[in-house]
Amino acid sequence: MILNGYSGVHSSKGIKSVRKSNLFFLYLTINMILLFLMFVHASFQGNTEARFIKEKAEMVRRIGLTDLCLFTEASYTRHLSQADLHTAFQDSPMSLEHFPSGSLVGPPPGLRKINGKMD
Amino acid sequence: MGKWIERQRNIIDFTLSSLLRRKGKNVALVCVYTFVVFLLASVMFFIHSIKKEASIILKDAPEMVIQRMIAGRHELIPTGYMDKIKNIRGVSSVKPRLWGYYYDPVIGANYTLMVPENSDVHAGNIIIGQGISRARLAFEGDSMEFRSHDGKIIDLEVKNILSLESELVSSDLVLISEDDFRRLFGGSKEYVTDLTLHVKNPRELSTIAVKIAELLPDTRIILRDEILRTYDAVFNWRGGMMIVILLGALLAFIIFAWDKASGLSQEERKEIGILKAIGWETSDVILMKFWEGMVVSFSSFLVGVLLAYGHVFFASSALFEPALKGWAVLYPRFKPVPFIDASQLATLFFLTVVPYTVATIIPSWRAATVDPDSVMR
Repeated sequence: MILNGYSGVHSSKGIKSVRKSNLFFLYLTINMILLFLMFVHASFQGNTEARFIKEKAEMVRRIGLTDLCLFTEASYTRHLSQADLHTAFQDSPMSLEHFPSGSLVGPPPGLRKINGKMD
Repeated sequence: MGKWIERQRNIIDFTLSSLLRRKGKNVALVCVYTFVVFLLASVMFFIHSIKKEASIILKDAPEMVIQRMIAGRHELIPTGYMDKIKNIRGVSSVKPRLWGYYYDPVIGANYTLMVPENSDVHAGNIIIGQGISRARLAFEGDSMEFRSHDGKIIDLEVKNILSLESELVSSDLVLISEDDFRRLFGGSKEYVTDLTLHVKNPRELSTIAVKIAELLPDTRIILRDEILRTYDAVFNWRGGMMIVILLGALLAFIIFAWDKASGLSQEERKEIGILKAIGWETSDVILMKFWEGMVVSFSSFLVGVLLAYGHVFFASSALFEPALKGWAVLYPRFKPVPFIDASQLATLFFLTVVPYTVATIIPSWRAATVDPDSVMR
């Protein structure tokens, strides 16, 4: 078959250039090594951070915290688990939920379930 | 085996040469493809990391929080409710919690003020989170002014600053003594913000919750399991921004797939015709197109994933920062912990690489089965 005879090696003036497939595989190999290092780094970092995660968990237990401090702009996104369906509209009865973080996170799933039954 | 490998390499050589002939188009394709993978992988890494960390950190959150609701709003709860709850069989302890929000007009930020369960903080002192320290330039020994409910200015000394590593839970936190809290917000000592409850047997939690709801119908009960589920569902795909990002990515893939599946360009069809005329078989053409799809999609996938990892775990998701910050003045500086596993990559691979590769092969197979003479004309 013709493909078995195709070497892919280009020579010009006696100088052989590297096969494209070799370059491609080299590129893939480098990427795969980096991917492997990514997992190594993740594992290493996970072990390093374990102490700090423990510290945060201890703080949650000691102070009695219920939420992560992800968004501080609105009470219902600052304390996601403590929010209810009305919180976002407490400014006034016709007020629309308008904080950007409100578009990133939804209400707690427990609330949606209760609401679902009522609908 | 060696012959088989050599054959694949020859086809890859040819495929790469063919791709390089349309350099501009293919480089643009790889760039866009890489960006789509990067975006999806970044979202996936970030969300998974936050969810995982939340599940570990919040596993020691109060077993049950009891709040009083009046007219759909969270109201202060009378301490007298504690005695009623204590009498329920299976309840180990009920503790009051005092917490609230304070708007600081100096920097326009909201703080979360909290009285810790144990008396870590003495009257006249406060412990603040790193976010507040940064925004107010307040350090240990400095004093911070608060305006109380009756308009008086209260000076409180910063006794300590919570650690940098704990920012994810404490960035906007002000730990304050009960006396100062009441001086600041007023109100009767017979009322607290909400109650936390511990039970003897965690399996009885839902039964006790039902009993409390029957005994105190004006209360709302939040179980620890619900807190954990809230963070498991956080950044749900149905969330506004999430769906915009996912729809954008989906649209990009539909365009890619459409471009490929709707047929090959005249030049590509001619190329296939020539290859068939010089002796290539249909299977060889399909193999070439398979490698073409793989070269584009797999290269983009690898680079996209690596860039996403760097973006989320080295650059603290800098691209998402404006969206995450919103209008907040206090923003916790935290580096997500890289909780990644092979299943995340496998999901991403099957969502991005496989559809593109399949979409590349099908029209090529159709073109490869047509008579070379008619294709070349």
